[in-house]
Amino acid sequence: MRPFAYERAATADDALRLHEDGAYYLGGGTNLVDLMRLGVEEPARLVDVSRLPYGEIELRPDGSLLIGAAVGNSDLAADRTVRESQPMLAQAVLAGASGQIRNLATVGGNLLQRTRCSYFQDADKPCNKRDPGSGCPARDGDNHNLAILGHSEACVATHPSDMAVALAALDASVHVRGRGGERTIPIGDLHRLPGNDPQRDTVLESGDLITAVEVPPLDIPSRYRKVRERASFAFALVSIAAALDVEGGTVRDVRIALGGVAHKPWRARRAEEALRGAPAIGEEFQRAAEAELDLAEPLRDNAYKVPLARNLIVRTLTELGEQS
Amino acid sequence: MDSEVTPVHAEITLLVNGTEHRLRVDTRASLLDTLREDLGLTGSKKGCDHGQCGACTVLLDGRRANACLALAVAHDGAEVVTVEGLARDGRLSALQEAFIEQDGFQCGYCTPGQLCSATAVLDEAERGWPSAVTEDLRGDPVLDDDEIRERMSGNLCRCGAYTGIVKAVGEAARKTQAEEAKA
Ligand SMILES: Cc1cc2nc3c(=O)[nH]c(=O)nc-3n(C[C@H](O)[C@H](O)[C@H](O)COP(=O)(O)OP(=O)(O)OC[C@H]3O[C@@H](n4cnc5c(N)ncnc54)[C@H](O)[C@@H]3O)c2cc1C
Ligand code: SF4
Ligand code: FES
Ligand code: FES
Repeated sequence: MRPFAYERAATADDALRLHEDGAYYLGGGTNLVDLMRLGVEEPARLVDVSRLPYGEIELRPDGSLLIGAAVGNSDLAADRTVRESQPMLAQAVLAGASGQIRNLATVGGNLLQRTRCSYFQDADKPCNKRDPGSGCPARDGDNHNLAILGHSEACVATHPSDMAVALAALDASVHVRGRGGERTIPIGDLHRLPGNDPQRDTVLESGDLITAVEVPPLDIPSRYRKVRERASFAFALVSIAAALDVEGGTVRDVRIALGGVAHKPWRARRAEEALRGAPAIGEEFQRAAEAELDLAEPLRDNAYKVPLARNLIVRTLTELGEQS
Repeated sequence: MDSEVTPVHAEITLLVNGTEHRLRVDTRASLLDTLREDLGLTGSKKGCDHGQCGACTVLLDGRRANACLALAVAHDGAEVVTVEGLARDGRLSALQEAFIEQDGFQCGYCTPGQLCSATAVLDEAERGWPSAVTEDLRGDPVLDDDEIRERMSGNLCRCGAYTGIVKAVGEAARKTQAEEAKA
């Protein structure tokens, strides 16, 4: 590992001032330290932002939640207010990693964790995301766990976060402090599709600091479900965050976001559109899922994700419909 | 020397198993290497060095954490309990006793991490923390076998002592609860 300077920031201003070219912010380090050990990331300086005063979860009068970027993943999932008001978010966080990793990991770091594509994590292999222009061996190589939607010639990686999938379904937004001041980014615009520059996971600029995540209220049945290669402690093959509001047998509101299928949490807008105002029955759920997955372009080894995603959508909506 | 390879050092303080240590560490040093190499506490094991096996689990400021992913410099001032610090006054904890009684290990390599992790699992359950298999997130979870399996899933055991581990954690949970009911 390349030597680096370490600084602990006390305030956001401090963090921005300490952040210079070649510097990285450090949350819990559960992704960054791992990538540094693998030689994938080589920061010259770490600016520790895990102790900034962004460790609180606030329930605001309008029912929205303001979650500080330094809140631990465990604390987020254990928080009584979150469990009451947004159980799907708690479920998604609990579906990720392990108890000991969630204790270290922060909300900001979780959003910005990098892909688990095995070529990206192997500094000896070419990879357009790690080394722009070097090629994408995953396209014709080990791609069983990579994207089926929204990928490009340059990169077929997926975003690994479970939490971000729930936040996508919840229409959350991300509060950012940058060199030009503060701004708020809808979660759907934070992560990018790979296009021709897969080295950029998000729209953030160098020095941008995530300070909080804002989650508007949503009071309808919802749930997060994750399919993986073993019962626990594995990344998603496909996951879903869904919410459904049925009145008089008709779909009034529906939210569907998929994980494990694209370079960003995939909000299934086509399926949602097909369902709004439709009868809340299995055939309609099936039709909507197929409308979404018509967009899929599976790779050699991951076509299984198409029926898997379809079945997840249908089953989860069916269950939610029964609770509605 | 090339500035790129000149190590950077920092002075830190760690309270480990009740004893304060002032240390000069390379910023690159993990908490795990610091415990093992600088303090000679080799109970915590390095299975993978990537957060994937749990053999390095310690209690960091009272919470379980993978010491391999924690940079020592980032935890200046922290209180750490390793497997060496779980016994009190020469007496094994109820959990350690239960691991012996229930055959919670074979080779023992994963055991320090299992013990630190399970110590925290008991504490987390007492505080009402849910897990991925908790059906009702609004209620307080009960540590049944499914809950224990899920909560211990960050600790792998190559010997496959899982059956004994689940029994041991369950037994320790019942004992702790019974003792609390008495008190
Ligand atoms: C074995 C293993 C299994 C895992 N399984 C899962 C899983 O199943 N599901 C899942 O979702 N995740 C999983 N994870 C990933 C884990 O959730 C992430 O590593 C964690 O959430 C990252 O948070 P952190 O605070 O440790 O981030 P760090 O590692 O500290 O940082 C990650 C990135 O975010 C940047 N950063 C951190 N904070 C900020 C901020 N406030 N503003 C701007 N930039 C910031 C850093 O510069 C870095 O680039 C797993 C990890 C491991 C090691
Ligand atoms: S899929 Fe993306 S991350 Fe993986 S090798 Fe190709 S360019 Fe790299
Ligand atoms: S050595 Fe830390 S998790 Fe394996
Ligand atoms: S007892 Fe041998 S690895 Fe667990």
